[in-house]
Amino acid sequence: MATQPNLAERGMAYGLRALNWLAASDLLDRLGLREPTERFLQGASRSTARTAARAGRTFAAAQRLSRPARQPTGPRAELFDLEPTDEQRMLRDSVGEFALARLRPAAQEADAACAAPPELLGQANELGLSMVGVPEELGGAVEQRSAVTSVLMSEALAQGDMGIAVACLAPAGVSTALSLWGDADQQSTYLPEFVGESVPAAALALHEPRALFDPFALGTRARREGSDYVLDGVKSLVPRAGDGELFIVAAELGDDAASRPALFIVESRSAGISVEPEPAMGVRAAATGRLIFEGVRLPERALLGGGDPSVYSDCVHLARLGWCAVALGTGQAVLDYVIPYVNERRAFGEPISHRQAVAFMVANIAIELDGMRLATYRAASRVDQNLPFAREVALARRLCAERGMAIGSDGVQLLGGHGYVKEHPVERWYRDLRGAGLIEGGLLV
Amino acid sequence: MINLEIPRKFEQLVDQAHMVAVEVFRKNSRKYDLAEHEYPKELDMLAAVIEGANPAGAGAARVGSGENGGAAGAERGNRNAGAERGNRNGSNMATLLGLIELCWGDVGLLLTMPRQGLGQAAIAAVATPEQLKRFGGRWAAMAITEPEAGSDSAAIRTTARFDEETGEWVLNGEKIFVTSGDRAELIVVWATLDPSQGRAAIKSFVVERDNPGLKLDRLEHKLGIRASDTANFVLDNVRVPADNLLGSPEIAPRGGFSGVMQTFDNTRPLVAGMAIGVARACLDRVRELLSEAGVAIDYDRPLHAQPAPAAEFISMESDWEAARLLTLRAAWMADNRKPNSLQASMAKAKAGRVCTDIALRAVALAGSIGYGEGELLEKWARDVKILDIFEGTQQIQLLIISRLLLGKTSAELK
Repeated sequence: MATQPNLAERGMAYGLRALNWLAASDLLDRLGLREPTERFLQGASRSTARTAARAGRTFAAAQRLSRPARQPTGPRAELFDLEPTDEQRMLRDSVGEFALARLRPAAQEADAACAAPPELLGQANELGLSMVGVPEELGGAVEQRSAVTSVLMSEALAQGDMGIAVACLAPAGVSTALSLWGDADQQSTYLPEFVGESVPAAALALHEPRALFDPFALGTRARREGSDYVLDGVKSLVPRAGDGELFIVAAELGDDAASRPALFIVESRSAGISVEPEPAMGVRAAATGRLIFEGVRLPERALLGGGDPSVYSDCVHLARLGWCAVALGTGQAVLDYVIPYVNERRAFGEPISHRQAVAFMVANIAIELDGMRLATYRAASRVDQNLPFAREVALARRLCAERGMAIGSDGVQLLGGHGYVKEHPVERWYRDLRGAGLIEGGLLV
Repeated sequence: MINLEIPRKFEQLVDQAHMVAVEVFRKNSRKYDLAEHEYPKELDMLAAVIEGANPAGAGAARVGSGENGGAAGAERGNRNAGAERGNRNGSNMATLLGLIELCWGDVGLLLTMPRQGLGQAAIAAVATPEQLKRFGGRWAAMAITEPEAGSDSAAIRTTARFDEETGEWVLNGEKIFVTSGDRAELIVVWATLDPSQGRAAIKSFVVERDNPGLKLDRLEHKLGIRASDTANFVLDNVRVPADNLLGSPEIAPRGGFSGVMQTFDNTRPLVAGMAIGVARACLDRVRELLSEAGVAIDYDRPLHAQPAPAAEFISMESDWEAARLLTLRAAWMADNRKPNSLQASMAKAKAGRVCTDIALRAVALAGSIGYGEGELLEKWARDVKILDIFEGTQQIQLLIISRLLLGKTSAELK
């Protein structure tokens, strides 16, 4: 890494507009100089006490849009192609360098603390994660709608650490959702904060705490009262629930027969929201928690996407795609870790990689990882080309859930007892990959 | 720009191949499954039509060109012109797409398409221009395997001795599992110039089928792909002209055998494509049957919130999709002249195993309809198994992949 030109230089050389903000920030200079922070959020996330949601900032529009801004989707591609654009390559590589240099060394402590280091979250913001999905006229960074770009960046980030990556990416899911489905008023109110200096902690809250959870059969309900909505229910495994200032919450809208799932913009300062830390098997650095809504009154303008059922199903699929992306990064981390390990670890007088039983597990990790990756990229590229993507996301999701978990399990198995202890990161990847296959919401590309 | 959709420019090719699959292959599927060793004469007219529409040398997009020069030959021919940059979707992808459609129809019939034999891949990979002229476009089978040498092709015992007096090569040995061996015009035989020198001494020789020394021992009775004949031969002083040795007669300590093996980088994605075609036939049919049984596939709901057969279907379909995309990648890399040994083996490994699994699960889901001969599901489940075996078994693919990933030689990782 040291012998390459620094990222700012490369960015300038390519003359890429998407990297302008990156090149302008002093983040990259600091990256080479500073030790990773040792300061972690302690206490709040680890306690089990229910507390009031964070008071949070006041979201108010400085300027009103006359109509919503949207990133255009691209044209249909003519040819099969696995090469990212120069812009995507640069973004992916810069995030990837950041992830390996900063996230990986901080991962174990962040996992234990159930919190991502605030400094890393700030630096991730400077990488522009929450700007990628925002239209240019609102200060966004990328000309066209590109789920592929988001997938590539998420994958690269999660190669450092999935938990911290999810903490970094959760606000981007919210800014992308607002860009895709927000009306002029919603965009004017919230999006400027996501392209500014201090990106709010924010997350998409879909999951609910019950077995066989189905995001198309929600327990959280929003009923109409006058011109307001009243929200009741519980959301589970919400990234950064404790310090979140803004949530997009899925709730069943309407009374029984005609009800349908819909999305609501909920500010954490609204009365009636409480938060419970919900530390889980993995993805712990994302500080997952439960949000409890008790008679939370929302104004009419809180409804996102007009309650359109296709907006909701797109949201569910794009969230799953986000989890596919981070599973790819963690799967790659496993593969890159086990190859040198099995080559160096000796038994019976030779490296254990000389045994087919070991070597074939490595081969299968690589095969399945590439299958997951291609299926995920295909789904994302269909999003960008305005083609239907529900089926392709479902296939990618299943691969990333099952094959991804098998990769996590084989990663531990290949290290044997050493894989089971925290001296090596494979046990954390094992825990993280289980979550990536089951969590709904939290991310969105 | 990342895009994994099938390019529109291949739509017509895919449609044509699909029509052939429906009209010719499917209609004769059961007939030649039951009448093993009978020559599928319906294919003669089809082959003539295809060749008429796409004269040899026209290059890309030959429907059903199978493992022949349509893939390997065009790839090789274009190498000289290769200075241009940019993304290409060429003959490797076209051939693969045509093949998937045809094998959706019937893989056994595809394998016995006249003039489409595997031998042309070997000829295209190593032949001189003069040899290409003599042998190109003819129906060529491939004789590699021997009773004592299967996956370990370096252990071949068939010998080739040069007769200085007549200027001929003299081949002796035994070859088994020769696809279309009795029907082809030419047989490409792998033989060693010197058994003590291992891989480097293995060369391929073109033998005319009517060579008097080439004796048909028997035709195999098989689990599946019964439309495609599998011949066993005894080579008893088979004499061929000196220039029927493909490539160079030099025994180069390095590189000689790898040249022969490179054939597989082109053909493995095609065999993976065959598996993908058969498995899609299974998925299509089982989906209809599930629908008749009142089970809908829902891509919105999590698998655990769906009926078990629907969840199982999506699982099968997702592995099929992974295999398909891995295979398209290998073909795309070949079109763009990127080395693809690793990716070709990954495609073959994934497609071979998941397509067999999909076919067997489809039979189980369909119950007696799947298991009975009244439908084709049971046949597809028998046919598909060979695709995890020939052109390198599952285990050979895993060996290749793990050696490449781990940086191991075949001496270290046996």
